[in-house]
Amino acid sequence: MTSAAPARPASPPAPPARRAGFGHVLLSEWTKIRSVRSTVWSLILLVVLTLGITILITAITSAQWNKIGAASRTQIRLDPTNGILGAGLQFGQLTIIVLGVLLITSEYSTGVIRASLLAVPRRLPMLAAKGLVFAAITLVLGEIVMFASFFIGAAILHSHVPVSLSSPNVTRAVVGGGLYLAVLGLFALSIGALVRHTAGAITGVIAFVIVAEPLSSLIPGPWGDHIHDYLPTVAGRLVIQTARTSHQVLSAWQGFGVFCLWTAALFVAAAILLMRRDA
Amino acid sequence: MIEARDLTKRFGPKVAVDHLSFTVEPGRVTGFLGPNGAGKSTTMRLVLGLDLPQGGTATINGRRYRDLPSPLRTVGALLEARAVHTGRSAFNHLLFLAQTQGLPRRRVEEVIDLVGLTTVAGKRAGGFSLGMSQRLGIAAALLGDPQVLVLDEPVNGLDPEGILWIRNLMKALAAEGRTVFVSSHLMNEMAVTADHLIVIGRGRLIADCSTQEFIARSAEQSVLVRTPDPDRLAAAITAAGGNVKVADENADPGGPAAGGATALGVTGLPAARIGELAAAASVVLHELTPRVGSLEEAFMELTADSVEYGQPGQPGQPGQPAQPAHPEQPAVTGRAAGPAAAGSAPGGQDR
Repeated sequence: MTSAAPARPASPPAPPARRAGFGHVLLSEWTKIRSVRSTVWSLILLVVLTLGITILITAITSAQWNKIGAASRTQIRLDPTNGILGAGLQFGQLTIIVLGVLLITSEYSTGVIRASLLAVPRRLPMLAAKGLVFAAITLVLGEIVMFASFFIGAAILHSHVPVSLSSPNVTRAVVGGGLYLAVLGLFALSIGALVRHTAGAITGVIAFVIVAEPLSSLIPGPWGDHIHDYLPTVAGRLVIQTARTSHQVLSAWQGFGVFCLWTAALFVAAAILLMRRDA
Repeated sequence: MIEARDLTKRFGPKVAVDHLSFTVEPGRVTGFLGPNGAGKSTTMRLVLGLDLPQGGTATINGRRYRDLPSPLRTVGALLEARAVHTGRSAFNHLLFLAQTQGLPRRRVEEVIDLVGLTTVAGKRAGGFSLGMSQRLGIAAALLGDPQVLVLDEPVNGLDPEGILWIRNLMKALAAEGRTVFVSSHLMNEMAVTADHLIVIGRGRLIADCSTQEFIARSAEQSVLVRTPDPDRLAAAITAAGGNVKVADENADPGGPAAGGATALGVTGLPAARIGELAAAASVVLHELTPRVGSLEEAFMELTADSVEYGQPGQPGQPGQPAQPAHPEQPAVTGRAAGPAAAGSAPGGQDR
């Protein structure tokens, strides 16, 4: 800190000024994500929360099996993956929501966004690379967590509900859980890019994920069923079901497709605004 | 080379930059001056493609910023010092920037050494002082070894040593033939750094000329006269059409009580004419010195009409410029260039 001497920039042998490629931007976004502690902590929390809640809920279910009532027992037998993965996913997804939002809103709150956009002035490659890197991380970790949850939960419930990956629709449901987390990360990232403020964006995503669902359940009749099923995360979570319930409007993959469409629409809106707004 | 043509930017009803045109040439330090809120930062953000103009164009070496194939290798920019993720280390901040341009890790280490942050490169940037953050910002600007540098208030928050360092760095970069465009609201800092000045007020161009020309053109010349008989001299000068003000009497080493002279500041007449008037009136003169106005005065005078905040007409209305007794006294320079001034102007990021 004491170099008062006139400093001349060391001139490196300047490589030819070729256009920086998308691969460079991907590498840069990977460096950004791995170099802050909030990423590491959020991902650790994802694993701990999801596995912890899964173990807790399945253990309680197993211990209380004779007291939980016939309807609940039938429900778990009919849709074991939802019973095993549902609760853990419900909690674990919060970490992905917060991390996805923070990835972009923290750039705005700290001013790093200016540095990022000076380096990638066409802007869209920056957002696309951020989304790709984050989706890849959440997909890999999401699949690991979902498979681990399933194996642990299935082992705990085995005496009451024998279920394995070879049971109908089970592999799709477990793989779907990881896919759901990856798309949810992009969903949160898109809302973060649209809102640009951490608190507002997190509130917005939570409103979709936690508040809208019970509200829509209050709407009676087929209208209510449609609105409920087409809500982004409700639709998205259909993919972890083994069996469809009577009220459901969408199948598992249809639901996941609806969730992907929601996310794509939000991402496109975020990209357009990113290009048009002052940074 | 930076070229702005008819650049216009409005934020709602407020016009921040108003049909602004200028050219920043390579090989010299170009100072970008204006009172707070004049539109300096907005103009720089328009040049860098961060803000989108409602009208006009800004190009760097003939291209819009967003069309530069490898922008950080062409332009280095320092906008606000604290634009770093608080949880990320200085090294990783520079690394992710370098990676976007395909610059090697070795270059990151080079610029860290260059700005003197070697020992703290691995520490979280959130713990950096403003001076260290400013150095990190300079490191980011120099990362791609760019031919064009755009620096917004780079001396803000730096200690005198840091100010000297930035000043020498900017001069060295310009001497290498690079384009150096630096904004400031500290006039005296620009007087010792900039070769050329672009002055704006309320988003409009006020002056675009060399620093010397700016001072000569804008600041009213005054003449310092010391005489033991100020009343008669003042009467003679006033009769000849000049203006007389009694300068700080204590500035005279002897002082009137010690049989010394009174110092008068005379405007409106050249020194030779004052000497003739004194001779004709048989008034003894102890001193007759033409004074060149400081940049600070020149600036105050020029931008008096276009100050965004504060009281109009103070301190320097056109026609009756602020007139300190000794414009180039060290106290003035020290005040403006010292850390106190930098600290007292946190609103430097005008937008």
